[in-house]
Amino acid sequence: MIIELGHFALILALPVAVLQAGLGLAGAARGDWNAMAAARTAALAQFILIALAFATLVHAYVVSDFSVLNVAENSSLQKPLFYKLTSVWGNHEGSMVLWVLILSLYGAAVAWFGDAMPPRLCARVLGVKGLVAIGFLLFILFTSNPFLRLDPAPANGQGLNPILQDPGLAFHPPFLYLGYVGNAVAFAFAVAALIEGRVDATWARWVRPWTLASWCFLTVGIAMGSWWAYYTLGWGGWWFWDPVENASLMPWLAGTALIHSSIVVERRDTLKSWTVLLAILTFSLSLVGTFLVRSGVLTSVHAFALDPRRGVFILALLVVAIGGSLTLYAMRAPRLQPGGLFAPISREGALVLNNVVLAACCATVFIGTLYPLFLDAVGGPKLSVGYPFFDRTFVPLVIPLLLAVGIGPLLAWKRGDLLGALQRLWAAFAVAIVVVLIGLYVERGGPVLAVLGLGLAAWMAMAAAVEVADRVRLFRAPWPEVWRRAINQPRASYGMSLAHFGLAVTVAGISASAFQQQRIVMMHLGDQTQLAGYTLRFDGIGKHDGNNYTADVAEFTLLDGSRVIAHLAPQRRFFPLQQQTVSKTSIHTNLLADFYLALGDPDGKGGWAVRAYWKPLVPFIWIGGVIMAFGGAVSLSDRRWRVGVAARRAARAALPARGSGA
Amino acid sequence: MIRAVVVAALLLGFVPAALAVEPGEMLANPQLEARAEAIGKQLRCLVCQNESIEDSNADLAHDLRVLIRNRLTAGDTDAQAIKFVTDRYGDFVLLKPPVEPATYVLWFSPFAILTIGALGAWLYIRHRRPVPPDEPLDLNQRRKLERLLLEDQ
Repeated sequence: MIIELGHFALILALPVAVLQAGLGLAGAARGDWNAMAAARTAALAQFILIALAFATLVHAYVVSDFSVLNVAENSSLQKPLFYKLTSVWGNHEGSMVLWVLILSLYGAAVAWFGDAMPPRLCARVLGVKGLVAIGFLLFILFTSNPFLRLDPAPANGQGLNPILQDPGLAFHPPFLYLGYVGNAVAFAFAVAALIEGRVDATWARWVRPWTLASWCFLTVGIAMGSWWAYYTLGWGGWWFWDPVENASLMPWLAGTALIHSSIVVERRDTLKSWTVLLAILTFSLSLVGTFLVRSGVLTSVHAFALDPRRGVFILALLVVAIGGSLTLYAMRAPRLQPGGLFAPISREGALVLNNVVLAACCATVFIGTLYPLFLDAVGGPKLSVGYPFFDRTFVPLVIPLLLAVGIGPLLAWKRGDLLGALQRLWAAFAVAIVVVLIGLYVERGGPVLAVLGLGLAAWMAMAAAVEVADRVRLFRAPWPEVWRRAINQPRASYGMSLAHFGLAVTVAGISASAFQQQRIVMMHLGDQTQLAGYTLRFDGIGKHDGNNYTADVAEFTLLDGSRVIAHLAPQRRFFPLQQQTVSKTSIHTNLLADFYLALGDPDGKGGWAVRAYWKPLVPFIWIGGVIMAFGGAVSLSDRRWRVGVAARRAARAALPARGSGA
Repeated sequence: MIRAVVVAALLLGFVPAALAVEPGEMLANPQLEARAEAIGKQLRCLVCQNESIEDSNADLAHDLRVLIRNRLTAGDTDAQAIKFVTDRYGDFVLLKPPVEPATYVLWFSPFAILTIGALGAWLYIRHRRPVPPDEPLDLNQRRKLERLLLEDQ
């Protein structure tokens, strides 16, 4: 009965979405204030209905109601409550409900804060979001309905794939979706601006917080997924250029370009047409990502959907959304008048460089991911595009951008002084050279590119520090003044420095992964093995009974000489329900390096296969990601974005006097 | 990667138990083993998503690892060992697709796109002219303006 209530709520959300779209778009076109206000109410109602539907699904999972097909297929009685909850989105149907829930949450947020916005813009944004919601609600109700019943109900469910029963993966999809779907807000703003035929600094100021927020979520989501792969795999790989990963990387790259280009729109009232296009492309890539993962075009655990009907439906959705918005763009973009001029060497110029490179990187990932599918579809040879391709294309493309990250923030708007900026960066340059020289000396005959990567990371990190020091006039002004300046700096500029610093940390982690050492051996009780100057001792092996698995638990001691550093206990877990064995790795970290241990198969004669790795700086990859997202959050807390400020600015902008752009 | 391995495992009905390279597979000669690992890193585990045979725990990857090691022990060069595999599985097994007419688009478009983008941005920045100010009012319009202003007073 409860699940039918949820089903009904979701069905009811469809006409409400139609109302939201119709009232929002038509109301804005006719200047009908009542209709525009009703669109906002519809957005709130839609959120309540979808939240209700989602809640009933959660309830079905918590009480293990196996008369619901979706629950029977993806849950079981033995599973811990935590994984019963996360199973709700650990399957195709449930994850699509989460998708529309987040979409409606953003819609409700726009409606809630809508007082600060021009009513027409708000109504149009909600209208466009309503259209997106219609598409996805139809998709769920007709091809992926999680509310269907199963009769007779089985006594127990089939359980969740053991690989998915992991805290890292439990929160990976919600963060990714918060990122993907957040891009729908920027998309809605872009389409609304095209309908109005106007993009200005105020528009950029409203779009930016949404874009920034979804970028932060996407950053965390991708980092989480990569971290999960790292500790689950048993050999410590963290990125595979797997189509599913690429699907999340493409909107991230486009979104990164978007948060940079929207700064130019906000500050200098130019690059408007490009920014609108980028907002459309970012969301389009989010849709492409959903399509790639959901349609069954690719086979991987993420591609749960094996039903071609779904693929065709999403493809149609893709064509309508992307084709429609790009057609609108082609018709209306020429109306957008470019504003301020700037020289090639300037802050704007640096941001254009950022956009050109990020767009090329994004295109590379796009082609690398889809070209094999395309070639296969036209009857060409079957190809694999793996890491060697991206090492030779993506990596060289991104290097000039990483070099420029240090310089760009030191250039002035309109016309910058490149030589002056480089002079101010002498300290960063010196540190980078020292890092490279030390690296080359320590790693004689080792991977040179990795050492250069570390130098690049040092350059970016130092450049971020120099930029902050420069702004507060550190060592050049008396301390009280430095302090006053440090306090008065806008948070957005600290956010930028943090994000750039986080990027440097990630690049350092990626580069240093080339220095890893490994040892793969068969060990007996009491055996010792050496790795990277440490001793690993095999102390014992035992059995452990988990909730829904049994495990072999090995005990190891990690020693530095005779000093005990850590006890490690890697496991081999066997899930009887799925007849699957999963390796649970054990990692000792001091944040500068990981000691990574995985337990393999026994040889039946008392020996166990053991894989041990020493991975220097590898935690930096994810720490850097977290710093980047934190930088985004700091920037988001800048008072410029606060609702009241935007409203006051809007009121001022409404006065007949023309503002100065900056 | 492992998610793909698991799907393959579920579909094909076997259970992945071992972890990638196993101690028993490794060659005693460290130089030969290093060569085998380098080759293995370039070859795709056919039932996985973009995972090399060196990193995969699928049975097929295990067989290919053993095959490569046997070829090297028998005296094959690296190129001969790779050719031995591509002759049987086609170019699909190569993680780095060959550069040939069918892949020109794949290999050259990244840099072509960067070049075109950079060129476009450069031309845009250099050749933009300030938007001309609104045309000055002609005589009739000016008179009309004055009349309106007078009426206002």
